[in-house]
Amino acid sequence: MISTLLLAVAADGIAKFGAAIGAGISAVGAGIGIGRIGGQAMDAMARQPEVMNKLFTNMIVAAALIEGVALFAVVVAFLCI
Amino acid sequence: MKYVKLIVCMMMLSFMGMPAMAASEEGGKLNTSEIVVEHIKDSYAWHVTTIGDRAIVIDLPVIVRSSTGWHIFSTARFAEESDVKGYRMGPDNLAIATQGDNAGKIVELQNGVEVRPFDISITKTVAVMMINVVVLLCCILIPARWYRRHKASDPAPGGFTGFIELIIDYVEENIIKPGIGNGYEKYSPYLLTCFFFILTNNLMGIIPFPPGGGNVTGNITITFFLALCTFIVTQVSGTKHYWKDIFWPDVPLPLKVFPLIPLIEFVSIFTKPFALMIRLFANMMAGHAIALSLTCIIFVVAAIGGATFLGMSAISVVMSIFMMCLELLVCFIQAMVFTMLSSIFIGLARAKAE
Repeated sequence: MISTLLLAVAADGIAKFGAAIGAGISAVGAGIGIGRIGGQAMDAMARQPEVMNKLFTNMIVAAALIEGVALFAVVVAFLCI
Repeated sequence: MKYVKLIVCMMMLSFMGMPAMAASEEGGKLNTSEIVVEHIKDSYAWHVTTIGDRAIVIDLPVIVRSSTGWHIFSTARFAEESDVKGYRMGPDNLAIATQGDNAGKIVELQNGVEVRPFDISITKTVAVMMINVVVLLCCILIPARWYRRHKASDPAPGGFTGFIELIIDYVEENIIKPGIGNGYEKYSPYLLTCFFFILTNNLMGIIPFPPGGGNVTGNITITFFLALCTFIVTQVSGTKHYWKDIFWPDVPLPLKVFPLIPLIEFVSIFTKPFALMIRLFANMMAGHAIALSLTCIIFVVAAIGGATFLGMSAISVVMSIFMMCLELLVCFIQAMVFTMLSSIFIGLARAKAE
């Protein structure tokens, strides 16, 4: 019973804790995804320098889409604060 | 004359000391998340800055239809501080609630009960959007005059007109044409409007002082409307083949009888514009939040004082410059990605049977 009382009092703190952890994990996900895209784009550009511009544009687009997903998580975290 | 660049540089560097002056003596903990949210949120008055004791606020008109009819007046007629019950009283039984469900909004007090009237006030987001629309119209219509006055065989324009033509040509060739295919001219007006509206609002949002500095695209209602427009244009231009592919796709019978794949396809009609909305909203809101948080670092370390203060302020300024450059890039990228995905969705909807 004491633990539930404690939980009720700490509920606000737990919400912020959850929000921070969620945003952190989504940042890790975005980092891994965009890092892989960037790395493979670098490989491709080194192999074929003449299509560098097209590769760069497509890399930016793919990175923006991944970032969109990561920011879904940020929006949810914002709602928890 | 040749030292002008050096002198301007030195002057700009000297502004680095300004945040130190701005951090005033404050008793109590600084609530940074409250400051950040207050700048990003919509509000009835445009709070520009606080010099010393005086707050410089642009009071915007309130246009409300309550039970007693239409009321149009300035926000200055609301009380500065909230009274005992948590309302900032105004004329005609209207007040701004500061707590509860309608916190921050105008409510009508009918015998103590809060009722939300029909509220079409010019809030900060609306006022900033109107300013940005004027800027956008100037940037597009003034170069458009050049094209009315010259023939197609004249040499290309230079200056501002040439710059706008460069951007429009880039968007048309690399974003609209590949996405839609042939017949793209019909959709160019909508997609170019989309691109330039989002770009202008994003760019004006990262300027820290008025007339810029309003958070327009970081407001989910604005991005909702943009996504709604894309949704409507996509569905209206759907061919019969497109609808057939959704409700009776070319997959093995057990998958479409259930109806599993048709259900997934039907839901995806709505999730694609939803993702557009959230992507733009979250990117812009996160950018504003980061810029504001980095500035708040200065105010947080002001209480500590001394060497920490100077060091952290310098770090904060450097990080802010870096984040602003990144924000500039993100503004372009988000406008481009929104337009690109819209054009791809429209192109997919116009797919003909092979």
